Amino acid sequence: MAARPIQVEQFQSYPPQAKQLAISNILLLQQLPLSFLPLLLREVIVYDWKFPAERDEIDRQFRYLGSLTPDQLSSAMRAFASLKLSPELEAMDWIGAPFRFSERLSAYLWATHQIDDFGKVAEDYIKAFNNAVPGAPASAPRMGIAVIGQEITPTGYPLFRKLRPHGTYFSHVDPRSSYKLLLDTVAARTRAHPAPFAHWCIDGGPAATVQNNQVTSVAYGSLQPVRKALIRKMQQVSASQAGVEALRTRLAETNPAEVGLNHPTDDPVLSRFAISILTEGSGTQIYSTTFVQWSVREALRRAQPLTLLARFAPRQTEESADEELSGIQQPTILDPAGSLLDADMGAYYTWINLQRLSGAAQSCFIAWFEGHGEAVAIAPSCRPGTEFHDQINLAEILSRIQSTG
Amino acid sequence: MDLFGAHNDPRRSRLLEHSRFRDLGSSRGIESAISWSRREFLRAATGATAATVLSAFSPLRAMAMRKGQKAVVVTFGGGTRDEETFMPDGQENIPHLLREFVPQGTFFTQVVNRGILGHYVATASLVTGVYETFNNFAAVSPENPTVFEYFRKELHRPATDTWVVAPSNGFGLIGESGHSSYGAGQGAGVILPKRLLAAAIPTRDSSGFEHLLRDNYESPVYAPAMGVSDAQLQQMAQMLKVSVTDFAAHARSLRSPDELSVYVARQLMRQLAPSLLWITLHDIDVAHAGTYSLYVDAIQRSDRLCAEIWQMIQTEPEYAGKTTMFILPDFGRDSDTSVGGNGFQHHRTGDAYSRTTWMMVRGAGVRENVLVDRPVESTDLVPTLGSLFGFSPDLSHGKVLPEVV
Repeated sequence: MAARPIQVEQFQSYPPQAKQLAISNILLLQQLPLSFLPLLLREVIVYDWKFPAERDEIDRQFRYLGSLTPDQLSSAMRAFASLKLSPELEAMDWIGAPFRFSERLSAYLWATHQIDDFGKVAEDYIKAFNNAVPGAPASAPRMGIAVIGQEITPTGYPLFRKLRPHGTYFSHVDPRSSYKLLLDTVAARTRAHPAPFAHWCIDGGPAATVQNNQVTSVAYGSLQPVRKALIRKMQQVSASQAGVEALRTRLAETNPAEVGLNHPTDDPVLSRFAISILTEGSGTQIYSTTFVQWSVREALRRAQPLTLLARFAPRQTEESADEELSGIQQPTILDPAGSLLDADMGAYYTWINLQRLSGAAQSCFIAWFEGHGEAVAIAPSCRPGTEFHDQINLAEILSRIQSTG
Repeated sequence: MDLFGAHNDPRRSRLLEHSRFRDLGSSRGIESAISWSRREFLRAATGATAATVLSAFSPLRAMAMRKGQKAVVVTFGGGTRDEETFMPDGQENIPHLLREFVPQGTFFTQVVNRGILGHYVATASLVTGVYETFNNFAAVSPENPTVFEYFRKELHRPATDTWVVAPSNGFGLIGESGHSSYGAGQGAGVILPKRLLAAAIPTRDSSGFEHLLRDNYESPVYAPAMGVSDAQLQQMAQMLKVSVTDFAAHARSLRSPDELSVYVARQLMRQLAPSLLWITLHDIDVAHAGTYSLYVDAIQRSDRLCAEIWQMIQTEPEYAGKTTMFILPDFGRDSDTSVGGNGFQHHRTGDAYSRTTWMMVRGAGVRENVLVDRPVESTDLVPTLGSLFGFSPDLSHGKVLPEVV
């Protein structure tokens, strides 16, 4: 592969640690094909605001690529290099704006029927580098908990249908079982396995419910001013007739200070995470159930925590959401029945995303309908597809899943 | 990172149970397995017959061919998965399709869309029979001739004989292509009910119509509709024989944009009785908001609206007994376990689940209670319509479906 004429000066706009990382690997970057390099730079440019697990993954990629001989590197990149790009893509500022480039690249690959090839090539690359430079195993079995808040009313909808085949379904959980028990469980795990961004609480309710500073906490309610600011920005971009793609790009480029997330006590990594949830997620700005589901997905994917507690609260109705988006001030009307389906699916997706992390076979998971008697537990100690119809409380279920977990 | 690969995919396991001897190692194998499992569920539910045991060329169609042939095409959009329709847990959402359409029609279980999975460009591919490659969000005409242009040019039909009712302002140019041999003035009129509605109500009085004016579910903000003058609005109202006031008043009583589309389609059928009518449903795309309940609601509504359209066909003298109705999704949505996706919410991965859909054909001369197992492509619709009406869509890439004609 011919070397690309990449200069140190081209990384001047990068944040400090990202710049350092790019410059220290510039000889390697010069060897990478254009269908790959900007996608790596898209991760590098936000290195300063990445979680430890993400930084580790980027570092491992550089170690992997840097360990290859020229022939091996050429071979590893051959499939990427064989993808055909347009002169317009090549002419873009893919160092300064790799996010924009990747959006255009995606559209181009779809239009030229290369998207399937790209997907396969990317998957093969990820497998190869993970095999060559594997990540460290989880320091403890992971635990995921999805709670359907008690404000969500039962409707007769059969809960946990998709989860039941994988674990034990409990039909008579003591309704006095307390959510606080789960918070205490998370707190205990922070003490047993202390690490930054390793223990999360994500809440769809009006405010964060955790005061423990070892727990990373994100709540839909406490982000209301940020949501409002973003909705105003959406309205402005939309009124300019700039189009859907421009809206997406403008949102993705939102700075924390622009939407009021620049308080000195705000953690910059967490602030960026919150912004990304509200700008890259669809529906996260207006529906609390979507906010929780997408936050869980992104927290698991990016931070790879040991513990994650998610609580779904009732979302507003579609009509209320439309009014909010239109800037019309009306009392918010909640949709508890619809929220039940959303939360049920959100619990299922929480488990799926937990399964994507290392140590999945040892992980344990609970989905619980708070105050309404139903739960499902999935863990090595729970036989798949079983049911338990005797009275049981949440503490006993927690004890069961952790007995070999 | 464990990528939650094929061996861990619960959906895949379910398919394997039903597809033991199929090749699931390839994308084609998965498509085939999806079709196979759906067929088995349907056969159990309906007792339908496999078309493969019948002659590919039925004399029924030739006997049934008649002057005054009409066709109504309904796209069951935007983006519907097997999981929520023909798989066991989803069948409760489509009672009309299952109990009325399958027993009385021919059902293609495996319709594959190999094009770009954006709603406008995919629908454009359906109407041209060629996988269009333009930017989904661009205001451009399809590059290849549309079925409406073939229909009018070869059969010398007037402009009033073919119409499109489309959900989104972005579909405004779908009625005719940019092809040099066809194009301006030779295609179908396109009615965008939302644009009509937006023009019919003063901006200051849009309160109460937000749910009908939301234009694009990929963008959370409603963009004001453009481009309809008062004169055009009055002309359209005159043509549909509905006053602007009545139109707006009726709209206020409707729950969704698709209901507005069906209302407009009914007026069209009554007043102009077009021979080729294309109705694009789109409510299902609310899934982009991440709210599973609203997505399922929209599927149930689409199922009901398909039954209503069929009833309209039966009760309108111009249509009864001489109309063939086609129902097909534009494409699917991502599977729950696609690594790059977020399940039902989007259609971004291009996985086999998002590309594999179905088509239902019902009406005069169409064989009843028949399942067609072989894979067909969504581009096959246009040649099939050509064969039905007697025109030759020479530039289409699809093939005639002999099971229909």
